[in-house]
Amino acid sequence: MLRFEVLHPHDLADAFDMLTQHEGEAKIIAGGQGLMPVLKHRQLTPRQLVNIRNLSDLDYIVDGKDGLRIGALTTHQAVENSAIIKKRWPVLAEMEARLGDIQTRNWGTLVGNVCQASPTGDPAPVLLALGACLKVASNRGERLIALDDFFLDYQKTALKGVEIALEIQVPKQPARSGAAYHKESYRWTDSPIASVAAAVTLDERDRVKGARIFMQAVCPAPIRARQAEDLLAGQQVNNGLLDQVAQATAGVACPISDVYGTAEYKMEMVKVITRQVVSQAIKQAQAA
Amino acid sequence: MKQLLQLKVNGEEYEVFAEPWKTLVEVLREELGITAAKESCNTGNCGACTVLLDGKAVKGCLVLASQARGHDVMTLEGLSNGDGLHPIQQAFIDHFAVQCGFCTSGMILSAKALLDENKDPTEDDVRKAIAGNLCRCTGYKKIVEAILVAAEAMKQEA
Repeated sequence: MLRFEVLHPHDLADAFDMLTQHEGEAKIIAGGQGLMPVLKHRQLTPRQLVNIRNLSDLDYIVDGKDGLRIGALTTHQAVENSAIIKKRWPVLAEMEARLGDIQTRNWGTLVGNVCQASPTGDPAPVLLALGACLKVASNRGERLIALDDFFLDYQKTALKGVEIALEIQVPKQPARSGAAYHKESYRWTDSPIASVAAAVTLDERDRVKGARIFMQAVCPAPIRARQAEDLLAGQQVNNGLLDQVAQATAGVACPISDVYGTAEYKMEMVKVITRQVVSQAIKQAQAA
Repeated sequence: MKQLLQLKVNGEEYEVFAEPWKTLVEVLREELGITAAKESCNTGNCGACTVLLDGKAVKGCLVLASQARGHDVMTLEGLSNGDGLHPIQQAFIDHFAVQCGFCTSGMILSAKALLDENKDPTEDDVRKAIAGNLCRCTGYKKIVEAILVAAEAMKQEA
């Protein structure tokens, strides 16, 4: 195992100071379910870990009038089993129920997964489709980062070394909205081989008013299917259009061939899943 | 570089010196001599190192030992009350759910975490609860059967 020092801050201010003091050398650990394997493989070699797992006050789920807020230390398991999330944000509960095994979900955190920016992380495409933001802070103050601007490249994010992500914010969705996520994976809870999330808003005549479609695991970082979204805009969706949307979505995917499947296979899966999630999101919006 | 660490394992308080990069399963096995949790893949895939933290299953190889401070750690050694086997252990024996035995302590703790929350699990619930525990001998059938039988036994005991 890689050798490092572990710092245990008493509160956030303490944690900010530690990160500033060891800027460029320290990493934050919360649940560490993504980070620990990376450390063991020495893909990252920090000198210090700042352990925020035991800080209080960052473990919460609040569904207010502006939308949903989930604290940095809220575990996957807590999101999956939250009554309010199951009822009002079912796509998040369903995504979490397939994120790794129970052991991982019990100790790992949703915000930590986002910050780890693994190209196979399940939450990112869902949160992106829902238009989420990340609230981050350092001892110089707080800022909000739209997830649209957060994922820069393979495991690279807009989070600075001195900053801690405090919460994920999901805006209240407009009336007649729906969202769906699906992944292709070997076992039900394995990492995605290809995955797609879609959020759709309909007008009163079932025409698409807004759509956001994101893919995961088929690019170094989550990627948006803007052309596919444009095809949907203003349209009532039928099978022919779904085919075009699926085609356009796969058109921006850049999968690699690996032990999990060939690039061609993943491309085909993107099309299948896109059809599935866009139709499901529309059905949900009609029922809303 | 060793640091003092306080851990509560199976109801007993321990003070131990360990390097900061040590994982929970390493400290349990190497420093405390509590060896039911196994270190196998060491990357969070196999579940042989499963222990309970505050009653919830976690992977001992993906939790830093110092992160377990303030939590109740339970290993297989803490499962039976000393007078006999826990119903899950008995069911594993009765239903031949143990072959080489390497996955068994993790399997039993994952089963305990499930049965403490869900008295009446379906086969599907059981399979989901042990999805993070790999067994390369049994094909899982006997393990699933044993857990379902243990659920019945625990209901009757309660």
